[in-house]
Amino acid sequence: MEQLNAVNDFVVRFANVNGTGSASANNMFAKAIFRMGIPVTPKNIFPSNIQGLPTWYEVRISEKGYLGRREGVDLMVCINPQSMAEDVASVKPGGYFLYDSTKKLHPQFIREDIHYIGLPMTDMVMHHYSEPRQRQLFKNVVYVGALSALLDIEFGVLESIIRDQFKKKEKLIAPNIKALELGLHYIQEHYEYPLGIRLERRDKVNDSILIDGNTACALGAIYGGATVAAWYPITPSTSVVSAFGKYVSRLRIDPESGRRKFAIVQAEDELAAMGVVIGATWNGARAFTATSGPGVSLMSEFLGLAYFAEIPAVLINVQRGGPSTGMPTRTQQPDILSSAYASHGDTKHILLFPSTPAECFEMTATALDLADRLQTPVIVMSDLDLGMNEHLSPPLKWDDGRRYDRGKVLSAEELEKLEKFGRYLDVDGDGICFRTIPGTHPTKGSFFTRGTSKDEYARYTENGEAYVRNMDRLARKWETAKLKVPPPELYQNENRHRYGMIFFGTTTYAALEAMDLLREKGIELDAMRLASFPFSETVRQFIEQHEKVFVIEQNRDAQMRSLLINELEIAPRQLISVLNYDGKPIPADTIEQQIARTFNSETTKDDVHKAQVPAS
Amino acid sequence: MTYIKPRFRHPELPRNKIGYAKADYEGAISTLCAGCGHDSISAGIVQACYELSIEPHRLAKLSGIGCSSKTPTYFLSNSHGFNAVHGRMPSIATGACLANRELIYLGVSGDGDSASIGMGQFVHAIRRNVNMVYIVMNNGCYGLTKGQHSATADAGAQSKTGSTNPFPSIDLVGLALELGATFVGRSFSGDKKQLVPLIKAAMSHPGFALLDVISPCVTFNNQPQSTKSYDYVRAHLEATATIDFVPHREEITVSYQPGHSASVELHDGSVIQLHKLAPHWDPTDRNSAVTRLLESKMKGEVLTGLLYIDPESQGLHELEQTVEQPLNTLKEEDLNPGAEVLEEINNSFR
Repeated sequence: MEQLNAVNDFVVRFANVNGTGSASANNMFAKAIFRMGIPVTPKNIFPSNIQGLPTWYEVRISEKGYLGRREGVDLMVCINPQSMAEDVASVKPGGYFLYDSTKKLHPQFIREDIHYIGLPMTDMVMHHYSEPRQRQLFKNVVYVGALSALLDIEFGVLESIIRDQFKKKEKLIAPNIKALELGLHYIQEHYEYPLGIRLERRDKVNDSILIDGNTACALGAIYGGATVAAWYPITPSTSVVSAFGKYVSRLRIDPESGRRKFAIVQAEDELAAMGVVIGATWNGARAFTATSGPGVSLMSEFLGLAYFAEIPAVLINVQRGGPSTGMPTRTQQPDILSSAYASHGDTKHILLFPSTPAECFEMTATALDLADRLQTPVIVMSDLDLGMNEHLSPPLKWDDGRRYDRGKVLSAEELEKLEKFGRYLDVDGDGICFRTIPGTHPTKGSFFTRGTSKDEYARYTENGEAYVRNMDRLARKWETAKLKVPPPELYQNENRHRYGMIFFGTTTYAALEAMDLLREKGIELDAMRLASFPFSETVRQFIEQHEKVFVIEQNRDAQMRSLLINELEIAPRQLISVLNYDGKPIPADTIEQQIARTFNSETTKDDVHKAQVPAS
Repeated sequence: MTYIKPRFRHPELPRNKIGYAKADYEGAISTLCAGCGHDSISAGIVQACYELSIEPHRLAKLSGIGCSSKTPTYFLSNSHGFNAVHGRMPSIATGACLANRELIYLGVSGDGDSASIGMGQFVHAIRRNVNMVYIVMNNGCYGLTKGQHSATADAGAQSKTGSTNPFPSIDLVGLALELGATFVGRSFSGDKKQLVPLIKAAMSHPGFALLDVISPCVTFNNQPQSTKSYDYVRAHLEATATIDFVPHREEITVSYQPGHSASVELHDGSVIQLHKLAPHWDPTDRNSAVTRLLESKMKGEVLTGLLYIDPESQGLHELEQTVEQPLNTLKEEDLNPGAEVLEEINNSFR
């Protein structure tokens, strides 16, 4: 039989039952590889369920540092009988299948072209542990112990993780290590090890960290000075606010009084969550909310108010599969248009597209500055993959000299010197006006904030000319925003190729890997990663300098392509879509195949401007 | 359109303790219909703020959408105002209150705004005991869209166009009592003598203070068949007690017979005095307020006055344990844990 052989380049998938405590064992597995200096990408593929349904954890190990998802499983760790048929089928020929051999495997699960490794996990824990919950939890640790032999995970690294994890519950260290040893010794006694696929220590992760994007966003909000967080629970954004809560309760307690330098409001719905944010920022605090697509729909009314009344607001949109309730536990980038143009009337919003946890951190802090500077909502466009999965990321960085940009806010002294204050008077010509915070000055600076049309002095008016002046000034402010938002990243010093590719957010990992795969096939492209909306001149130039540009994104309707066409007046035929919208993170070979296919048909003069091939 | 009032002030106008004339608390000229109850409530707000010697800029006025929500333009022009979207003022007020605990928040809403589209936000602002005065200018109809019944219209009430409301009314006061509101009052726009001390007491209350003020709509809901008309309300008015509000450190001068009076001391030392008390009713007892309210409802009375107050009320900031210093004044050094701590955090992810 064929046997897969690879060092530091394979995919391990764990098939578990939701709610059985497998997550921490699986995390330990990924972290051990990370601590061996090898780039690793774990992904949770989980159901909208608390207990009982199948859940998977997929770990890609890539010495070359490819951090996107890869199709095909080299080693399946099967703990869940419910999904066994599917799990057996997903193993690559020559791959490995680790299963609980307490019961004999049913012949229907036997394939001739894969290797079976039986580990009597249930038997082992029944024998060694007495409490039912312990038996369930340690079963997970037993298979990690087995993997340490099978894949050559350094046992000391596993031990160090357990010691770190249970620093405050020392009693648990010994039984966990015992469970690891049970698995390890069983393999050592019964099998030849390691397998053809295995690990070798490297020094490839440098100072990187392994962190999820939601935690990084939460830390960005803390470092960016947010004091009010208002939210309504929704997957996959919930952990943004729970992480915020966890860290502020450590970092933002006044040592003398024990009181909080923050407030977290779990609102009655997303409408109220956004209302609380707007009320707080109107009153001079920094505030944010986190939600997902359905929440953005509900917040649209308030986003329009904040746009038109010019109130800062930061929204972290951790996107998930739509439409409607959609696929709440699967990833997509389907809210580009609904976020960019959220709310009725001529409304548009600033979007930031982080692609790593480090950027989640940086962009959330930046969003708080931009919202204050531009007096408008700023939406950080994360997604489930980035937000809820751990990613190898550069460390989070903060310069202690950095000050918050609170934008144009008049102090009492400045108001005192001012003859007449006009809230919507464009004094500087950049479309951004001066605002005042309630309570600043006894007789100067008060005004009425409203969602209705108004003149330069914030007085209600239905005068058409005043309305147009205001709308045109908002358009001027939008032009200013183009100069303030983070610029796109170009992957070449100058554009040299006929074709280009554009991607953003979590598509980045796979897109960069696809570029390498295409290069191997002799297909070379220039590449640009979008970091924000509105699009700057660099984006326009990049598209103009290429005959055709592939726009890679994770939704059905090619929303970013539409946004580019709409905002930059690009000829639609110039932008070719590369799409993946099955709810799983886009893999590199999907991109590579779609681009290569279009390339080949282009050379035969086939005019294909949309190559919509969903991933399998 | 905004009308600007002439700014001429007589130099000898009476002034309050902080040197402001009553005119300093006024706003633009109202654009509501002549005789609208809402204008009387606006005048009551001006009077209350003048008498309490509130610095106008230390108060923020917030509203939703509708006739009632237009009124903040007509009072306190030196206060910041926020005319939010329909039914969403409570969440804006919650955020504003969290950002700066030192201002007074005055929310103005209507029955459409609070009892229909914004019911959820109204209910949850009560639940959180947001530090604010919440005045509902309650006329039982949608004025700006020409007189449709609102959810507070009584069953059987007829609109001007002749349609009869088949549904029972939502009683915001009853609802607030049920929800655990810490200050619940009802008044009538035509009874300034009662309304002004109620507003003053509400402004001194630490927490959410609801004032449901029946405020007849002269254009669409003042016909004799309406239970929200001037005539009907006057004929069926029943007050729990008369009310005096004595701010902190002011001498209490009037004395009443024992047994007919009660006084409630608030956190800041101010005192609410109630006289001519209705029998079997204690303003600090939620049960007696609920019972009394149901009794008057069955008799077809409009029960007004201070219905319930929790003198031990703790507002949102106490519940949230926020620092004394307003959150909106905290600076980088208060908020940012710094690069060194971030490096420790990075290490925890290695």
